[in-house]
This record gives sequence, C-alpha cells and structure tokens, in this order.
Amino acid sequence: MSESAVPAVPEGVRELDIIGVRHGAFGASGSGDTSGFGGLVEPIVMPAPAVRPFGGWFDEVSDELELSLEARGLPATDAIEKVVIYRDEITYHVRREHLVAFATALRDEPGLRFEVCLGVNGVHYPHETGRELHAVYNFLSITHNTRLRVEVSVPDDDARIPSIVGVYPANDWHERETWDFFGIVFDGHPALTRILMPDDWPGHPQRKDYPLGGIPVEYKGGTIPPPDQRRSYN
Amino acid sequence: MSTDNVTYSSADADADADSVESDEGTDAYAGSYETTEGRIFSVAGGDWDTITGAPEGERDRIVVNMGPQHPSTHGVLRLILELDGETVTEARCGIGYLHTGIEKNMEYRSFVQGVTYVTRMDYLTPMVNETAYCLAVEKALDVTDQIPERASVIRVMMMELNRVSSHLVALATGGMELGALTAMEFGFRERELVLDIFEMVSGLRMNSAYVRPGGVAQDLPEDGVQKIRETLPLLRKRLTDTVNLLVDNSIWMGRTVGVGYLDLLGCMALGITGPVLRSTGLPHDLRKTQPYCGYENYEFNVATQTTCDVYGRFLIRIQEMTESLNIVDQCLDRIKPGPVMIEDKKIAWPAQLSIGSDGQGNSPEHIKEIMSESMEALIHHFKLVTEGFRVPAGQVYTAIESPKGELGCHLVSSGGTRPYRVHFRDPSFHNLQSLAAMCEGSMISDVVAAVASIDPVMGGVDR
Repeated sequence: MSESAVPAVPEGVRELDIIGVRHGAFGASGSGDTSGFGGLVEPIVMPAPAVRPFGGWFDEVSDELELSLEARGLPATDAIEKVVIYRDEITYHVRREHLVAFATALRDEPGLRFEVCLGVNGVHYPHETGRELHAVYNFLSITHNTRLRVEVSVPDDDARIPSIVGVYPANDWHERETWDFFGIVFDGHPALTRILMPDDWPGHPQRKDYPLGGIPVEYKGGTIPPPDQRRSYN
Repeated sequence: MSTDNVTYSSADADADADSVESDEGTDAYAGSYETTEGRIFSVAGGDWDTITGAPEGERDRIVVNMGPQHPSTHGVLRLILELDGETVTEARCGIGYLHTGIEKNMEYRSFVQGVTYVTRMDYLTPMVNETAYCLAVEKALDVTDQIPERASVIRVMMMELNRVSSHLVALATGGMELGALTAMEFGFRERELVLDIFEMVSGLRMNSAYVRPGGVAQDLPEDGVQKIRETLPLLRKRLTDTVNLLVDNSIWMGRTVGVGYLDLLGCMALGITGPVLRSTGLPHDLRKTQPYCGYENYEFNVATQTTCDVYGRFLIRIQEMTESLNIVDQCLDRIKPGPVMIEDKKIAWPAQLSIGSDGQGNSPEHIKEIMSESMEALIHHFKLVTEGFRVPAGQVYTAIESPKGELGCHLVSSGGTRPYRVHFRDPSFHNLQSLAAMCEGSMISDVVAAVASIDPVMGGVDR
C-alpha cells in the first residue's frame, strides 16, 4: 500500500474505514493481467469521519441530539462512535448498546422529531474484522423536513442488535428482512422469523460469503461458474 | 364419497380399498391432531362434515389461509386470518412468494445493467423504480446537477404517466375485487393508452429500462410530444367515465366508506406514506417537500382527504391522476430540444437507439462512427458497455414519491463498477404492515377492500 494512495486525513481523525484492497487496474484475477497495471494496490476507503463544524443544519441537529442524549443520562461521546457526512447526507455511527436510547431521542425530542423510520438495511463488509455486519437505519422528519442515517456495526460472531420495534413499530418487517438476509439478530423483536425466504432456508443469502450456484452446461461437462467467481472488472 | 364408490367396477377393487381408507380420515391434508392449545382440524374443502362431530368449544377458532393464489389478494399475497364467524379477529400477512433476489443479482451487474432489474420490482411503476435507482447512482457519482434539463423533464413526464397507469390498475383491481367489473375494464382500457406512450418512447410497454444513470436511454421520437398531447384529452375524458361510475356510487360507497380505517396516529406509528397517509389529511408528498428532477418547477396540488378510509384513498387516487395529467401538460410545454444524456463521456451511454428496417437497435450514425471512423470510439464504447463506470466508495439514500408512497434506494458503492449493496425501501412492503391494524375486528369482506386500498404490488414487496 503506497502512502499517496490514501486520501488526505482530516485533523483529529485516526481511523479510516478500509473495507478492502483492490489489486490491478481492471479487477482481473486468475487469468493473468497483461495490462501492465497488475501491480497496483489500492485500499478501498469509505468516506472519512467528519469533524465539527459540519456545516448547514447538521450542526443544529447534532447539538440537539447531544443535548437530548445527555438529558437522558447518556453522554453523546458514549453513544456516537463517529459522524460521516457524504453527499449532503449525515450518518451517525451509533454503538449498539445505546441504539434504543438514540432512537427514542430521535423520535421524542421536539427539536428532532424524526417521526418516520424508513426501515433497516444490512450491509456485509467481510474484510472489516470485528465489525463485519452493518445495520443502516434511515429516518425522516416530516416536521423539520430532514433526513438522517444511523449505522450500527457488529462483529460477525456476535451479530446482535437491540430491536427498535418498541420505539418504531414500523421497523417490524424490516428487521425480519435484515435477519433473513444477513443473520443479524434483533434482540427484543416480537417475532423474529424469516420473511422473504422460506422458513426452512439454510443461510442468509445477502451475505457476501453466501455460496452462489453455477449453471451446468450440457457440453463436455462444462459449467458456468457462480457469479462471484467469474472474471469481472470490479 | 361412498356413493361414488358404488359405481366403480370390480377392476377398481384396489382403488375402492384406498378410498374406503380415506373415508376413515387418513387423508394427509385433512386430518386432526392434538396440540397444547387443543385439537387442530385441517379442512381443505368438501370435508366440513368431518369436524361436525367435534365437541362444542373446540371449534371456536377458525384460521383461514387466504391466498397466496387468490384473485382478491393482488397477486401472491397470503393472508392468514383468524375468524370468529365472519369477523376477523387476527390478520397476518405471509409474503415472499415472489422473491427473486433482485438486490443480490444487482451486485454482480454493472451500474447501468441494474436498471433492468429495478424496473421489474414493482412492475406497475417501472419508470419510478428506474428513476429512484438512477438518482441514487447519480448522487453517488455527484453528478446530480449535470443531468440535462430535457432528460429531467422526460423523467417527470414518464413518472407522472406511470402514476396514472399505476393508479388505474389500483382502481381496476380494487374494483374487480369488490365486484365492480366495469371499473376493471375501464381501468385496464385506459392504462393501455399510457402503455402505448411507453411503448412509443422506450420500445416496451412494461419493464422498459428507459431511465438510465445520466439521463434517459433515448430521446422522444419525432412525433412523441405531439402524440402524448393527443392522448391526454382522451385520457381525461375516459377518467371522467370512471369518476362518474364510482364517485358517489352508493354500492361502491357501501363497500368502502369507513372501511380499512387508519388514522394519522396509526400511520405515524407504522411509518405509512403515500395515499394511505394522505387519506388522514396530512399533505406529505416528497415531490413538494423534497423535490427531485425539478418538481419544484411544476404547479400541482397534493390531494388529501380526512376520512382515513378506503373511499378516501380512492378519491385521492382519482385526484392524483388529474394532477398528474396537469403535470404532463406542463412537461409538454416545458420540453426544449437538447441532449437527454449527461455530457460526461465517461458515464454517458455511448449509443443512441433508433428504429431501422430490422427493428430497434443502435443508430446507424453511431455504428458508422465506431466501425469505420474512430477506433478510439469503438474502444470507449466497448469499455463502457462491458466494464461500466466506477462510482466512488460511499453510501447514499434517495427517496422519491412513487404512486404508493416513499420509494427509497439505499446504495452502497465500494468504488467498483458494480453496486456493493443496493436496497430498496419499497412502499408496498412497508405499507402492507398496516393491514392488521386496518382489518382486525372488521368483516372478512372488508379485508379485500383494505388490501386494495393499500395497493401492494407483490413484485415490489418481495423484490
């Protein structure tokens, strides 16, 4: 990894979200890269955390959040791991043990009033050791006409997140869907069962390590390899 | 059954023996068994008399599976209803029968190819799905303000026509499920007018894959504006037919007024959006509050009702169709000649389609350029089509107002040519959660009306 490949780090930020490393220019592997760029090594870095001031209404919301969390006896630095601002969208990375308190503040605080939880979605980053599974919640405030995102990261071998169905009943099916596809257990969900896959389905299909099937071809025993093993440009 | 057996000839002696056995209750699908909650009888039809012998009190709970193959459940929705007589005491949905793994498939296709998947999610609103996805890709690329004006106007026009066709199907299937078959015929007939426009513009009635990252796949045909302008009066006139048929119709009102009640409090708790939310009087519409594709430049009203019931949602859909046609009118006035694809050649699809003697294909000018004029153009075309463009690592969420509510697209890119993860917050999926709140305590026939008023499309629910 060359130093120059890493983007400039904002002051006060120590860690970068490196979710993988890309080799070569064209993503080809196995078949020999004859492009001359085969030696390139580039880390895949997610947007870096933001530091105050965030700009725009992000500061007001963050102030409001910190005050209301502290009013609930929860220092904001305990609950919020980091804040990422990317493409005019704000993401709060929240520690899982404080998620329910965080969601309650989002719903109840008059200055926040995020009435609508738009569901939760899982993302699997197999290379991020210790925080492989991310649950991403989107919120909408109709009163203030704003949106924000909450992200919770958990390790693969302890994939448990407290359910926020008690705060946002709307999240019921979404949490079931995320359990179904990623195997994240939402503690306290009233009936955490599979929702889209059959009840007896083995495994969680949206995970990156879920085995994919190839297609047998009726020609001299050939097969089309599974999509994740085909030559690709990614 | 025993009377049938009498007519069997002696050659069917074996068959006779089998059916005698089944008379004694060995039918695998119609038996009874003990559970901790009492004796459970499974009845599959025609064998009700097998449970008449059960003591009173043991048949106080009847659980009926309605669907997944049932004409009144809007496709493959399975309703699990617990009944007390004809009253629904508990209602649950079983979904997943149309799960096709669209989100997973998209992770192995380039960003442009993703459009052909999303168009098949909620198959009644292909243009809306495509636009939601393309807006997310464009936001991740940070090129939102480089989308040409003409492309945005075409997108808005297609989305609004799509809103009309989607609402027409909602009324048509809803009408059919409540016994108003004329409404169904009207609805599908008028929808065909809209689909004709889609076919003229994109080549396909449904699943058109017309909106692409950076713009739209091709410009309107030369007489396109003219033809759409000619269709609008006919659509308006025929819409009046439906209005005359159903609005203030006492039979229709008898089935829909006060049915499927869900007030603002319930909607907020369940995160409901779209016509169901607007039927409580809250004028929440993303086209107004968080405009995209230049919706802030159009004049239209957000339709609301305060009745919180199926009839109110029906009236909202009627009003929205009129508003949508007005927006299409404004689009036709607003549309100016110009490019329909982003200027950035590293993103823009290189070819334009045209219709030749052998059907639709790449335009002859483009073929001429890449085959006989510029080798670099050929390489560029090849690279962009096979490899695709790279999207910087990061995540974005875009939401647009689909005919059914907020359609959100959460897109995560890892800097490659394919989405790392795409997730769609489909309004049908989300709003279907409110079914229990709408139906429990009502008659079983009202369940059908309530489902129709949510207007779920299982392709979108299951994805």
